[in-house]
Amino acid sequence: MNTMTLDATGQAEPVQPKPLEKEAVDTKTKVRETVGKPFCDSAKLRMRNVNVFYGEAQAIHDVSLDIGRNEVVAMIGPSGCGKSTFLRCLNRMNDTIEGCRVEGELALDDEPIYGPKVDVVPLRARVGMVFQKPNPFPKSIYENVAYGPKIHGIASRRAELDEIVENSLRRAGLWNEVKDRLDKPGTGLSGGQQQRLCIARAIAVSPEVILMDEPCSALDPIATARIEELIDELRENYTIAIVTHSMQQAARVSQRTAYFHLGHLVEVNDTETVFTNPQHELTEAYITGRFG
Amino acid sequence: MQTPTLFALLLLLILVAYGTGFSRALTAARTSGGLRKLASLPSYYGLHTALWCGLPALLLLGIWLAFDDAIIRALVMNGIADKPDTVAGQNLLYAQIQNLAAGHLFGEASPQVQAAAERFTDLRNGSRNLQAALSLILAIGLGAFAVLRFSPQLRAREKVEKVLRGVLITCACAAIFTTVGILLSVLFESLRFFQSVPITEFLFGLHWSPQMALRADQVGSSGAFGAVPLFTGTLMVSAIAMFVAVPVGLMSAIYLAEYASKRVRTFAKPVIEILAGVPTVVYGFFAALTVAPFIRDLAMSMGLQASSESALAAGLVMGIMIIPFVSSLSDDVINAVPQSLRDGALGLGSTKSETVRKVVIPAALPGIVGGVLLAVSRAIGETMIVVMAAGLAANLTANPLESVTTVTVQIVTLLVGDQEFDSPKTLAAFALGLMLFLSTLVLNFIALHVVKKYREQYD
Repeated sequence: MNTMTLDATGQAEPVQPKPLEKEAVDTKTKVRETVGKPFCDSAKLRMRNVNVFYGEAQAIHDVSLDIGRNEVVAMIGPSGCGKSTFLRCLNRMNDTIEGCRVEGELALDDEPIYGPKVDVVPLRARVGMVFQKPNPFPKSIYENVAYGPKIHGIASRRAELDEIVENSLRRAGLWNEVKDRLDKPGTGLSGGQQQRLCIARAIAVSPEVILMDEPCSALDPIATARIEELIDELRENYTIAIVTHSMQQAARVSQRTAYFHLGHLVEVNDTETVFTNPQHELTEAYITGRFG
Repeated sequence: MQTPTLFALLLLLILVAYGTGFSRALTAARTSGGLRKLASLPSYYGLHTALWCGLPALLLLGIWLAFDDAIIRALVMNGIADKPDTVAGQNLLYAQIQNLAAGHLFGEASPQVQAAAERFTDLRNGSRNLQAALSLILAIGLGAFAVLRFSPQLRAREKVEKVLRGVLITCACAAIFTTVGILLSVLFESLRFFQSVPITEFLFGLHWSPQMALRADQVGSSGAFGAVPLFTGTLMVSAIAMFVAVPVGLMSAIYLAEYASKRVRTFAKPVIEILAGVPTVVYGFFAALTVAPFIRDLAMSMGLQASSESALAAGLVMGIMIIPFVSSLSDDVINAVPQSLRDGALGLGSTKSETVRKVVIPAALPGIVGGVLLAVSRAIGETMIVVMAAGLAANLTANPLESVTTVTVQIVTLLVGDQEFDSPKTLAAFALGLMLFLSTLVLNFIALHVVKKYREQYD
């Protein structure tokens, strides 16, 4: 198997991958279409033939994928393979990057995500996001969680807001640790607590989908384990798409796993199948650690 | 020997010393087997020798030049039997002696002065010769000492760097000592002022009219030094300025940092900063000739009384002058707010303006406050605009259409023109300066403290 030329691909920037000409041709011949089960019956998010460009460079090539209701889909792949870019298409966070262009059909509950008539504000309220680095606002813990409900006018009275804050913190598994210091700044918490605070902040606006972009990469193993437990619990109420660099994490938390390579979606399958019996040679090479 | 010749000679000696040290090091390296056998590089041996040769000699020369005039004068004046009693008379006499010695003869000199002039010439020539001899001996002697002491084990680099460190410390201290010197001189002059005018009257008096009688029989100039009208005038003009500068500056900073495209930003930011480069005197006549009459006419058309020099005109123009300070500093702080916070807010479904208002600005607030405080201290200290546009009348008023005066304007007017330097009128300038100095010092201190605290949060 010719994996020699692929080793260099890990060098590209995560948000702006610039695949070399030769390798792009090489993968194109290999990835004609996605292997496995990219589609499902009760799709929450439906993406068809998605292409993403950063200026001239194409970051995502013709990706089609469904994310089902109450399902956790993990996206794995070497650095610069476009998994974060793809995730950020789902709530249009790519809009903030100058020169980024998205083509293709993306739909949330059969309503288009991109389009001239779509307002991103309610969209992002329905599709929440947790980022790689914990990014609590420099406000109190309470204000961090109450921020979303306040701007969306979800709670009108103080008591309602209190209830939402408490519920969100409970669901994020943070309530017992912070209930006595809700007025202290969120930035004073530990890294793992900050990330759970960010998750609480995301679920406080009752989204339908939660996108997680490497949520544990800045955390220690114990904090990571807590977040992973949390993801499992959240699955009952939410649809979750998670980008991760840790294959163990993908195996632990997800039902289906999508393997991206140089902007192509190579393989999507039940997580167990991907890790025990990969269908595509590139997937196999990656999960057995031959590159990436 | 003339001093410039001496300097040139010393410089030559230093160069020779450098060359000698350098070549000795090279020779030693060649005979002992390579540069690595030396403790330092050859150029450091050269510098080491040159410093030994030059530094003590130049120091001696400097000290000598600083004190020899005073010593010669003392010696000459002591030799004169019947000196004038006053300082001015002595100065005159000494100038006469110097002129005579230099050959600029005028009138008939008394034998006493002629003798003194001869003595002066002798002393000066002696001093110059001694100075030249001593410094040359010192340079040659110590240079030779350094050359003789040379050994490959000598750690020349460490010694040279120690001296260089001393030079750096001296330079750093120059600014500090200047500040301390200014502060002390202002302080002592103010204390002299407070001896003639009680500090309570100065701080709490409501009437400012610093005219002192030059003659005892002069009418209507008793002098009143209540500085409250000046303080309120300064406060009012600065407040008007901040009222203009803070909203405009802050909003332009928000536009530049959050909304403007890269192309607009690279063009607009330098253009706004050009405002800071306009000389204040230009702002001043702009305020006095354009804005002030315009405000007066506008007020008249609305049926209000307005002076042709008004606090409003000065404040408005000063506000425009300060805009770039506020906008540039705020722009920097807003840009320093991590993108992750914006992403977090946008990811929750905030609109752009909600993100800016509720997340970015609160996060940048300490830095913005710091920038605004720096701008305030700038506004308080600003002189030219208020001199030209705010007027001189020390009115205690809250009406921005009337003319007011500020601390800085009064300092200017107190010191312009012929004044005795020991009357309360001139000394009042120092007291005002002290107040100004203290208030800007406190403001700067708070501002820097706030900015520093903000930096810690995100680094």
